[in-house]
Order: sequence, then C-alpha cells, then structure tokens
Amino acid sequence: MAVPGFLARSRIVAPPGWTRWLVPPAALSIHLSIGQAYAWSVFKTPLEKTLGLSGTQSGLPFQLGIVMLGLSAAFGGTLVERNGPRWAMAVATVCFSTGFLLAALGVATGQFWLVVAGYGGVGGIGLGIGYISPVSTLIKWFPDRPGMATGIAIMGFGGGALIASPWSSAMLGTSPTTGDIATAFLIHGIVYAVFMTLGVLIVRVPADDWRPARAAAQTAAKPMISTANVSAANALKTPQFWCLWIVLCLNVTAGIGILEKAAPMITDFFKHTSAPVSTASAAGFVALLSLTNMLGRFVWSSTSDLVGRKNIYRFYLGVGALLYLVIALTTNGSKLVFVLCAMLILSFYGGGFATLPAYLKDLFGTYQVGAIHGRLLTAWSAAGVLGPLIVDGIADSQKAAGKTGPDLYQLSFWIMIGLLVVGFVANECVRPVKEKFHEPTGQTAVGSEA
Amino acid sequence: MTSAEGRSGGRTLLLVIAWLWVLAPFAYGVVELIRKVVGLFGG
Repeated sequence: MAVPGFLARSRIVAPPGWTRWLVPPAALSIHLSIGQAYAWSVFKTPLEKTLGLSGTQSGLPFQLGIVMLGLSAAFGGTLVERNGPRWAMAVATVCFSTGFLLAALGVATGQFWLVVAGYGGVGGIGLGIGYISPVSTLIKWFPDRPGMATGIAIMGFGGGALIASPWSSAMLGTSPTTGDIATAFLIHGIVYAVFMTLGVLIVRVPADDWRPARAAAQTAAKPMISTANVSAANALKTPQFWCLWIVLCLNVTAGIGILEKAAPMITDFFKHTSAPVSTASAAGFVALLSLTNMLGRFVWSSTSDLVGRKNIYRFYLGVGALLYLVIALTTNGSKLVFVLCAMLILSFYGGGFATLPAYLKDLFGTYQVGAIHGRLLTAWSAAGVLGPLIVDGIADSQKAAGKTGPDLYQLSFWIMIGLLVVGFVANECVRPVKEKFHEPTGQTAVGSEA
Repeated sequence: MTSAEGRSGGRTLLLVIAWLWVLAPFAYGVVELIRKVVGLFGG
C-alpha cells in the first residue's frame, strides 16, 4: 500500500538542529485526545434516557472501542512501524473523529447501532493506532530517557479523561435531548480533529545517524539493555515476550480490581464504622485514584530510567502485593491507610503501562518496538475482563451469602496478592533475548519491511 | 538577523506554542479534578 507523500516517513526526517522536545507535545496531542475513551460514562445516562437503552447497551460503544483498541494495536503495529508516525497519527485522527461524527448521526436519527459501530468500531481503530503511533518514535528520539519519554505520552492517555469528563459534562448540561447529545458528539469530532492535527504536523523521526550526546555511554554499561534488534514476528517466539505479557496482564488486573469498583468498595468498606463514606466522598476517592494513576505513569516510568526496568517492575509487583496485604489485614481499621494503599496501587497500575515500551526497547531494540508493544497490549484486553470478573464475581457471591463490609472484598484481595506474586516471578524470569532471535546487522533500517 | 537565527527563533516559537497547545487543556483537567477532590474531602 503506497503512503501519500505528505504522510510518508521520508518526508518527516528531522533536519539538523530540530529539537526532540517537539515530539512529546505531538504525542500528547494524540494521547490526550484518545484518552477521552475513559470518560465515555458521561454519555451513558443521557443516552439511556433519550434512546431508552439499558446500562449494558449504553456501555457497548466503550466496550467495542476497547476491544478494537487491542485488535488494531496488535494487528496494525507492523503497519505503523513501516509507514511512520505521521501516517499513523493521521489515521488515528481520521478514525477517532469520524467515530464521533458517525455517533452524532446515529443519535440524531435514533440509530443506536450507528453509535456503537461509529464510536466503538471506527473510533476504536483510532484508539489502537493512536495509542501506539508515537511510541517507537519517542524511544528513538530519547534513547537516553525512554521511560520518561513514553511516560509523558502514556500519562496523556490517563489525562485525556480528566479533560473530557468536565468538558463533555458541561456541554451536555443537566437534561440533554437527543439534539444536544448529537451536537456534543459533532463538536467532539471537530475539536479532536483540530487538536490531533498538531501531532500530525509537527511529528518528526530522527535521521538514521542522529544520536543524543549522552546515549552511547549509558546504553553500553547496562546488561539488561540490548543493542541488538528483534523483529515483531520473532519477539512472539521468545519467552521474554510472554513473561512480559503475564507481568502486564497481572499488574493491570490488580489495578483494575480497585479502579473498576472504587466507589462502591470504599462505601462498603467503611459502612459499619464511626466514619462512613458518603456517595460524594466516594466520587472524590475515584478522582484521587485517577490522579495517582496518571501521575504514576510519568513518575515511575521516569524513575525506571535510573533504576532499570526489571527493578521498577519488582517494585510495582512486590510492593503492590504488600499494599494489598496491608489492606487485607487492616480491613476498615483506618481510612487513611486504605486510601494511601489504593493510591499507590493505582500509581503502579499506571506506571506498569507507561514503563512497558521502554522495557520492550531494552529487550528487543528499537527496530519494531511499536509493533511488539501493540501485540503485548492484548494483555490489557485480557486483564480488562479478568479484573472485574474476579472482583465483581466475588463481591456478588459474598453478598448473596449475606456478608457485608470488607468481607465482600477480602477474598479478592488475597487473589490479587497471589496474582501479583505470580507476576513478580514472571518478571524474575526475564533475561536478555538469545542471539538466535536477533536481526542480522544492517537489516534493521527504520521503517523497513517486517 | 541571519537565516539560521531566524530558523532557530521560529523553532523556539513553535516549541512554546506546541507545549501550550497540550498543556492548557491538560491544566484545565487537573484543576477540575483537584477542585472535585478538595470539595469532597476538604469542603
């Protein structure tokens, strides 16, 4: 497939003197936009009221969007590597914005299937391609600080919901009609198209011979950082890929276990204490978790540049398990302890996402790191099912057995501790990739065919 | 002003605009979030 000239990788090779600090805002313009997906819940109640939908139905566009994110990142990763970041960002912009426009048409005509297919299907492709679009470019521009660079971008994905949630709510008002919702979708589509275009315009790839002054000395000294390259196809054959798949899946499962049920969890936990938590305070707790989830992406991922990727995952998984243990043992003894532990666990959840591209770069090189990252994101999809399944399933069964308060969640917490320990062991199994999987020297030029 | 100086000045301006472009909405989101947290736990 021929890529139009303006979008071609050859057109965006940075000239001498180009500053690499223009690449993070390019990446952020994409990630801050597609992060809107996590604010979909703002549209749920208005859609239910105006189109007569159930809660399950109104969640379908988001669910399909996340499924499409995983699939398009997994299957589109190689294409993104080959065609370059401008092409990928342009595709993400067109798909994500078109998704909103189709959703607007669907609401205006009362055709909910069009909302699902538009926002979830077409928009979901934009989510997946957009998520991986800047990753390998950032790593190539910041070989000396890959954790920090990808941390900035992936923090944007967490921050997208922070922007979209109040913005969309203000646009919808208190009792929106179908016309108001359709208009809101239309405005979202147009504004996000303009906002994301900045990334398309300013993104650049470094010239093949470009190196930052600090990089060479730093990468040569660390045994877990490979200077060889592994293709996406070969990466799937290595035990390292599958160890990291388990690490990501279990770290995300542990975070989602709290995130997905945060409001009812804190309310149930302190229901029978002298200081019960109101519904409004529970919403504040959720907001606090969003903040630490976002900050963890930048802080921990940047820290990984100093302490190493394997060590930071030891920290996420080991300390995460200990924090769950503290919650399980103290139960509802202290609200402060509960909130602090949950905040730290969520910061590790975010950090786990953000540090992953740098870990992959250390193990597999920069050659097709975006495509490998895309394939690994299937672990996210699996965790998205596994986490809620465990916590919701156990809470429901405990409730049916007549239990209340912390007892609804105790078993889930012990399971999370077990999962994190398994993840810790999987991380310990990560070793440098064997030479037989390396690409021959000289055949890994940027953007070459997979 | 030489053309190299002009190019450098233009890139600095682009850098400032690009960061403002993304940081302004991000700051709006963070402020809204902090207001929510403070209002609920402290207010």
